[in-house]
This record gives sequence, structure tokens and C-alpha cells, in this order.
Amino acid sequence: MIKVQNLTKIFGTKRAVDGISFSVERGEVLGFLGPNGAGKSTTMRMITGFLPPTKGSITVGGHDIVEQPIPAKKLMGYLPENAPAYTDMTVYGFLDFAAEIRGLRGDAKKSAINRVVELCFLNSVLHQNVDTLSKGYRHRTCFAQSIIHDPDILVLDEPTDGLDPNQKHEIRQLIRRMGEKKAIIFSTHILEEVDAVCSRAIIIDRGTIVANGTPAELRRKSEWAGAVTLRLNNVAEAAVRQKLNQLRAAKKISMTTNGDRVTVTVYPRVFGDGDLTREVIEATSGWPVEELRTEEGRLDEVFRSLTMPDTKN
Amino acid sequence: MNPVGNIKTIAKRELRAYFASPVAYVFIVIFLLLNGFFTFMIGGFFERGEASLANSFFNWHPWFYLFLVPAVGMRLWADERRVGTLELLLTMPIAPWEAIVGKFVASWLFLGLALVLTFPVVLTVNHLGSPDNGVIFAAYVGSWLMAGAYLAVSCITSAITRSQVVSFIISVVACLFLILAGFPPVINLLQNLTNNWQWLVDVVTSFSVITHFEGFQKGVLDSRDVIFFLSVIGFSLFTTSVILRTHRTN
Repeated sequence: MIKVQNLTKIFGTKRAVDGISFSVERGEVLGFLGPNGAGKSTTMRMITGFLPPTKGSITVGGHDIVEQPIPAKKLMGYLPENAPAYTDMTVYGFLDFAAEIRGLRGDAKKSAINRVVELCFLNSVLHQNVDTLSKGYRHRTCFAQSIIHDPDILVLDEPTDGLDPNQKHEIRQLIRRMGEKKAIIFSTHILEEVDAVCSRAIIIDRGTIVANGTPAELRRKSEWAGAVTLRLNNVAEAAVRQKLNQLRAAKKISMTTNGDRVTVTVYPRVFGDGDLTREVIEATSGWPVEELRTEEGRLDEVFRSLTMPDTKN
Repeated sequence: MNPVGNIKTIAKRELRAYFASPVAYVFIVIFLLLNGFFTFMIGGFFERGEASLANSFFNWHPWFYLFLVPAVGMRLWADERRVGTLELLLTMPIAPWEAIVGKFVASWLFLGLALVLTFPVVLTVNHLGSPDNGVIFAAYVGSWLMAGAYLAVSCITSAITRSQVVSFIISVVACLFLILAGFPPVINLLQNLTNNWQWLVDVVTSFSVITHFEGFQKGVLDSRDVIFFLSVIGFSLFTTSVILRTHRTN
């Protein structure tokens, strides 16, 4: 549904987005990750036709966003960063305007407004002025605007920013449900959201894509992926260290001691062959193991190592 | 959807927004008070003893508009950019020119409404004497067109900046030029400075709203004057679209 090819945006001398390519199909929820200023919002602004690209092409539902902006924009709903909304109108008036500009009239308009009011829990503030709303309500009002025409494609720039945990949960559920039938791109820097919502994630840094895959695939890039963590009670540290260091599948180990308790993490040479877990279990037979678990890998660590290469260890 | 529908939707929203805030009412009240005060106190409506509105009433309009129209126009684009709704508006399935025309039309209709509300002065002059209502009607049309020209200039300045105040000031200066270009002292000065290059003086004065408004005040609907105002509007709205596009490409 969305195809981005070699997309570049240059502001003055700064390359905000530098030759990125990806595509999103129906049924996919693509998470857009990256530190602040990585080019997430700029990319979304180009996809939605707000900013023209310096180079590269974007097609939305087969329409080039620069050549045929109107049919392309018809297919999309967009929640810009900071969720702007006309402050001098009521929530109802704002949604009424959004529905009308999307070509909805009469009963179709009414039912569209009712539907999004229901979905975004706006009933209690429907006739309140937008500038009197709390941040969460304003955010949801703008979100409601983006789905009012039930678009095939949704572009959401930090849709859960500024919401409380319950609201975040609701919006994530909503995105996930809608993601079954739509193509969705959303940006975030909350990593737990990627697991909760995305079927695929892209990490971008300084305008380029540094990783693209399912959340599980990304996690596997972590050195934690497949590591085995053990908690032992009352053992000789040196013996443990010596024994575990000899394992063939182990790359390195790390250890922390707290009184009689020793926590050991053994990192694998390769991910996912199960050898390490087997070897650790064999090696520790007879030891007082209180806990043993296999790590899945940590997204935050992958994120840090990819977006802060200078401090990578 | 068709362009007319889009323009109507945009204009409707804009008008609603005007009346949702006190700005619209404050503007109308000030406009009417100024009109009343200048017509009767300074314009000497009664003392003149003329069954006409040209000198006592319409004469002031170019000067009222100088401050009032930029006040209406300053928020048009500056506010959209400041609040960020510009991003919403321009990612809707509409052409940018439709948004520009829609917002302009809304403000222009609003100015028209304010102008229509000065009708008591027409009733008064009709009660006291028998004026030529055709002349009055022509002058109203001219006044509205002139307001439109000022408004279109304010659209440009509003698109330039995020700050309504800056927009207001620049547009007052620009509109002041539109007035002064046809103001006799300025014409004299220009003639002296340029050693009577009549063509230059003509070019400058032809940009003045005053010279083009005069015809309407006399009841003459000259197509050249109408075209002048419409072309100022057209050119300014086009410039606005170029500025908005430049902001996005920069």
C-alpha cells in the first residue's frame, strides 16, 4: 500500500532523511523507531504529502504522492506530531469539518462521527471547545479525525504521546485491531509499544534505516538474545566461573554477587541453536540452582547499540 | 470531491471559528462605532446637507480598512502554522489553492457582513433626503472589493510569518502603500522627485486603491476598477500559495 523508494530530504545543508526505502502492506503495522531528530516525522510528513521529497519517490495505494496527491491523500489518515486541532471549535465541530472535507455528507457523516466518538471515548467532551481539553482528549480528538473516513492507510506520528497508561493501552489495542485490515505506520520511542502493537519495526538513525524486521528479529540482534541467566546459592564463585567459561557455546560470562547469591549470565556465540542452554544445564547439574532462564534479547539494548554507535561496547 | 464543495467546507469552518470567539463581535462593534463616529462627527454628515454618502461615509473606508482588515486577515495562515493545523489542512485530500480561496472567501464574507450592518446610515440618508441609491450601492460594492484587496494582501503577510503581530504590522504597511500611492501629497512629491516623469507617476497611482475607489464613490462601476481589485486579489492569493509552498520545500 505504501512504497517508499530512496527517499531523501535535505533542509539547507542537513540531510534529514537520507535515501531510505521500505514498503508497508495491508495487514501490517509498521513501527517507526529512532531517537529524536532521526527523521521519523520528516519521513511521515513526506508520505502524507505535507513536505515534498528532495529526492526519491513515494507511492500510496499506487498513486505517486507528488504527481497525484489528491487520490493518494484520500486513502490516508494522518495524525501529526503533537496532535494539532483547531482550538476555536468544539470537538463535534472539528470532527464534522474533518468528515466533510473527506467528502462525507448527511447520514454517512453522522454515523462516521458517532463511530469515532465511540472508538476514541470522546462522548463526554463532544461539545467542549478544543482549547479547553486536556492533552489526552485533544490527542484523541486528533486521532479521531485521522480515522473518520475509515482509511486504508494510517500514518500516526507518536499516537500515544501524552496519554496516561490506560489511554495508551486503549489506543494500542485500537491500532492493533485496525492493523488487521489496514496498512499502518506509526512512530514511537516507547519500545514496549513495538512489542505490543507492531508486526514489523524499522529503526532509523540520522536519516538512514539501521534495522528492519519483526520485533523478534530485532531482539535477536541483541547480545542478550539467547543468553542464559542462572541464580545460584552458596557456591564457590571461582569454580562457577571456571566451569562456565569452558562451555563451547559460550562467548563470555558476567557475574554479580549478593551475599551468598550469585547471578551469572552466559552469552551465546550464536543465537537460537539451543546448545548453550543444554550445555549450561549439563554443567550445572548438582549445583544449587535457584533459577535458570533464557533471555529473549532486549529491544532497548538493540536500539541503543544501533543508534549510539560511538558508545557501543 | 469538487473544488466548490471543498472551498465551501473550508469557508464554513473558518466562519464558524470567527463567531466562536469574541473577535468577530468585537470587530463588528468597532467597525460600526468608527463608521458612526466618523460619518456624523468628523465627516459632518448633517452639516453638509447632501443626500449622499460619498464624502461623509465612504471616504473613510480606505483608512478604516487599513487597520481593521489586517486585523481580520492576520490570523488566517499565521495561526494555522503556529498551532500546527496547517499540517492537517494540507494533508487533507484538497488542493492547496482550495484552502487558500476558502479561507479568503470566509474572511471576505465576514467583512461583507460588517459592511452590510452599516445599513442604518443608508436608512438615515433615505429618511432625510432622496439620495441616488444606485450610487450608494455602487460605493458599497467598491468598498467591499477594496476590503477584499486589503484582505488578500493580509493573506500574503499572514503566510509569511507565524506571528500574528508581525503579520499585522507588515500588512498595515503594505496597505498603507496601496492608499498613499494615490494620495495627492505623495503624488506631488513623486512628481517633484522624478522631474515630472508622468509615466512613473501614472504607474504608481494606478496601484492606489483610492484612485480606483473614487469611481465607485461617484456611482461609476468601471470594469477597469473592478478588474484592478480582482487582479490584486488574484495576484495576492497566488503569491500566498507560492509562499506556502516555499515554506514546505525550503
